[in-house]
Amino acid sequence: MLKTVWNDWHRAHGGRLVDFAGWDMPIQYSGIVDEHNAVRNRVGLFDIGHMGRLLVTGPSARAWVDRFVTCPVGQLRNGRIRYGLVCNADGGILDDVLVYGLDDNTVGLVVNASNREKIVAWLQRDPLPEGINFEDRTLSSAMLAVQGPASRELLEPIVGTTLADLKYYTSKFIDIDGAPCLVSRTGYTGEDGFEVILPLDKAGLWERLIEGGALPCGLGARDTLRLEAAMPLYGHELSEEIDPFQAGLESSVDLSKPDLIGRDGLLRAKADSSRPVRVGLQLVGKRIAREGATLLHDATVVGRVTSGTFSPTLQRAIAMGYIPRELAAIGTRLSAEIRGQLVEAEVVPLPFYKRGAMTAG
Amino acid sequence: MAESLRYSKTHEWARGEGGEFVVGISDFAVGLLSDLVFIDLPEVGRKVAAGETFGEIESVKAVSELYSPLAGEVVAVNTELPDHLEWLNDDPFGKGWLVRLRVADAADAGELMSAEQYKAHCDAQQH
Repeated sequence: MLKTVWNDWHRAHGGRLVDFAGWDMPIQYSGIVDEHNAVRNRVGLFDIGHMGRLLVTGPSARAWVDRFVTCPVGQLRNGRIRYGLVCNADGGILDDVLVYGLDDNTVGLVVNASNREKIVAWLQRDPLPEGINFEDRTLSSAMLAVQGPASRELLEPIVGTTLADLKYYTSKFIDIDGAPCLVSRTGYTGEDGFEVILPLDKAGLWERLIEGGALPCGLGARDTLRLEAAMPLYGHELSEEIDPFQAGLESSVDLSKPDLIGRDGLLRAKADSSRPVRVGLQLVGKRIAREGATLLHDATVVGRVTSGTFSPTLQRAIAMGYIPRELAAIGTRLSAEIRGQLVEAEVVPLPFYKRGAMTAG
Repeated sequence: MAESLRYSKTHEWARGEGGEFVVGISDFAVGLLSDLVFIDLPEVGRKVAAGETFGEIESVKAVSELYSPLAGEVVAVNTELPDHLEWLNDDPFGKGWLVRLRVADAADAGELMSAEQYKAHCDAQQH
């Protein structure tokens, strides 16, 4: 099993470790709800070293990556980050990724742990073009996320510089402890926050952040936080059988790119209104409709839940799932089958939770 | 862990009280579940076999069945518990009780684990 640089720390500090995509990762420390609330109200710290970190360099790095991801990379200003999808020829989603325009000749990709090997192979399906250098830096670096309204206040004195100019979805290299670390204003919680990619020998940053008041958070809280923010999770809301239009991710697809891999499939997918679409559901009562729970409309099975939890912020059972487009209107009443019992579920707008004000800047 | 109780492998406890048994779940189980959101308990009058499912408890992470540690009839239910799941954290052997059973044969409790045996069982589960 793969271990991040903070594995021993997790064990020594009450982390409950589980196998996540082949990585030995903490699911929780003090408790999912406690950790969730820390991120919503103050600041939490996540080990996200399992995320795949890929680096593409060379004079044509931008153009090369541009073909593989649905978002525009060619004109990405240095320091900008975009969310995009890697799709197969049919438009099915191979992964959802963050694309970092680092400098004129360098593009970074952050991919899901569960898809890292698949994407590494997919990008190298054909021989790399002349001048393109491709590296998987996952095992030679560490990555953490500082998330919550107090993130900036916590991080600034530790990194020794202001982060006010680091806008949402941008990154820059900052010297921390004498080594350049890639700090970005990104996250997977629906809260203001930062993610940091750092050299393995600078892992002491973790403990400085804990000493500064961040609560360590596990993958359990990461899941409830992202679910409230309606961020899709690969293997749940996204798969090779789902296209970006079904998933509600059209704004991350630039079909004007003539050489985009999967473009024909994406055009067909966009025109096909018969495919089920992703919706948000709010349930009556506290029972949770978990992944795989059947969704019914007028006693007919119409779809399935892809993720469900009890929302600590809303104090309601919430879920995402796929149902036919004609049933996806806000307010449509469905039922979810939870262990043989039908529970009322209503289609509600996504996201379930939106932070009060954009605090970036 | 409470010393005077008998325990099942599935983490329910039973305490004899005048021919009846009060049943709950252990602090160890509550700790494993963590972040409780929902509990479903049986109705008074329900007859249960030892090891039979009589309810379920749901946490943010997962849902688990509740198993009756003894055969008998449910004669009382902690009806306030579903609205006070914090009692399971604060007082799992007291206010957090689940049901009261009139058992067919009180000697059945001898089949359950002692506190010491149960502690060894929990230690083994943690590894």
